[in-house]
Amino acid sequence: MREIPADTVTQAVRDLCVEANTELPEDHLAAMRRALEDEESPHGREVLERLLQNAEVARERCVAFCQDTGYAVFFVEMGSDVRITGGEIGEVIDEGVRRGYEEGYLRKSIVRSPIDRTNTGDNTPAVVYYDPVPGEGFKLTMLVKGAGCDNMSSLKMLTPAEGVEAMKEFVVQTVERAGPNASPPVTVGVGIGGPFEKAAMLAKKALTRPSGEPNPDPELARLEREILDEINATGIGPAGYGGTQTALCVHIESFPTHIAAFPVAVNLDCHSHRTASREL
Amino acid sequence: MSEKIRLEAPLTKEGNESLKSGHIVLLCGVLYAARDAAHARMKEAIESGSDLPFDPDGQIVYFTGPAPARPGHAIGPAGPTTASRMDPYSPLLIERGLKGMVGKGVRSEAVLESMKKHGCVYFGAIEGTAALLADRVKEAEVVAYEDLGAEAVRRLVVEDFPVIVVNDLHGGDLYREGRERWRRRARKGGGL
Repeated sequence: MREIPADTVTQAVRDLCVEANTELPEDHLAAMRRALEDEESPHGREVLERLLQNAEVARERCVAFCQDTGYAVFFVEMGSDVRITGGEIGEVIDEGVRRGYEEGYLRKSIVRSPIDRTNTGDNTPAVVYYDPVPGEGFKLTMLVKGAGCDNMSSLKMLTPAEGVEAMKEFVVQTVERAGPNASPPVTVGVGIGGPFEKAAMLAKKALTRPSGEPNPDPELARLEREILDEINATGIGPAGYGGTQTALCVHIESFPTHIAAFPVAVNLDCHSHRTASREL
Repeated sequence: MSEKIRLEAPLTKEGNESLKSGHIVLLCGVLYAARDAAHARMKEAIESGSDLPFDPDGQIVYFTGPAPARPGHAIGPAGPTTASRMDPYSPLLIERGLKGMVGKGVRSEAVLESMKKHGCVYFGAIEGTAALLADRVKEAEVVAYEDLGAEAVRRLVVEDFPVIVVNDLHGGDLYREGRERWRRRARKGGGL
């Protein structure tokens, strides 16, 4: 049994909070540069130039590139032969979030409940999903999830007869309805299959895939390209000021489902697409 | 790209008449930062007959909740938040003279009508440029509801703060016009 001290996990979480909020991932910057080359609208180009410039300034100064430093979402791949010593993993992750958000000058955006809207003061609790895997590995993937775009996400229980065409249309319409509110160019996470909640989980997880990396399944990869083209034909454009680059990428994740079901969930992420991971 | 217009706050209805959707504007002077919780409190203040944190007449509200400032900086990263969440409150301030709002995202019909009637313009700032926008904020001071933290009302003094006119006083709407100009797909419902 491999043992990982709680402090090591806390430190890794702390560092991920700061890194994800201050450094846009290289693959995402590359996607944004490609969008700048392809964008036809002058307003759209200006927005993309500013976004790239903002990313550079934030990285240089180690400040958040967006003031909404979001929910701290973690996907934890935990090997069956790994044990965290000196603390319970949920508390250990929360402690890392507490430190990261305080020391990184990040905004604390979490309230106690939708009804009691008192700020928890330290951006905890983190939102943590555990994925048991065989072996001794331990991997933390953080997604900083801003609320503006999360608010524009949606889920639909399609029927098998409605099928793939309805799924594609639902994804595009979700982006259309979100319009400027989701802060385009967006990253579109799509989850299909499973029961209700599984589709939503997959949509969120799809956002952690490196920007523009296609699904390994060629059929899903083809759908990703087709949906991306449809979204970029909506005209919404960067910041919603009109243009040809409304989404940078569409990532679909799929899971087996019921004979009666075709669930589809769409989770949108704004141009400040923040994800980082670390293996311990 | 259109020429940049420098605009000094406070604003007037007459001055706002000349602004058109798509104009790029550099704002100078005072902006009041306020978002969800502060707007809810301002509504309560109006309903109970108490004083507002500032007199809205001629002023501009910026929908933002900044991140904490590093030492030596006036303010932390401060980009715009989604304006539609303030739709239920904005007309209350517009009726009391508010002449500008800065945010991102689509406004409701009720807000647009109130804006036209009272001469208030809606400007878009680019979310995701929070670090750049913070550089244009020269002074920041909490003036009310300090207990709300990031959501407290702040008086900001800005210099050449870059925004774009989204909704003008003549029915212009950059979001709608931009989308129509670049759309290459048949409309099947949803959206604008």
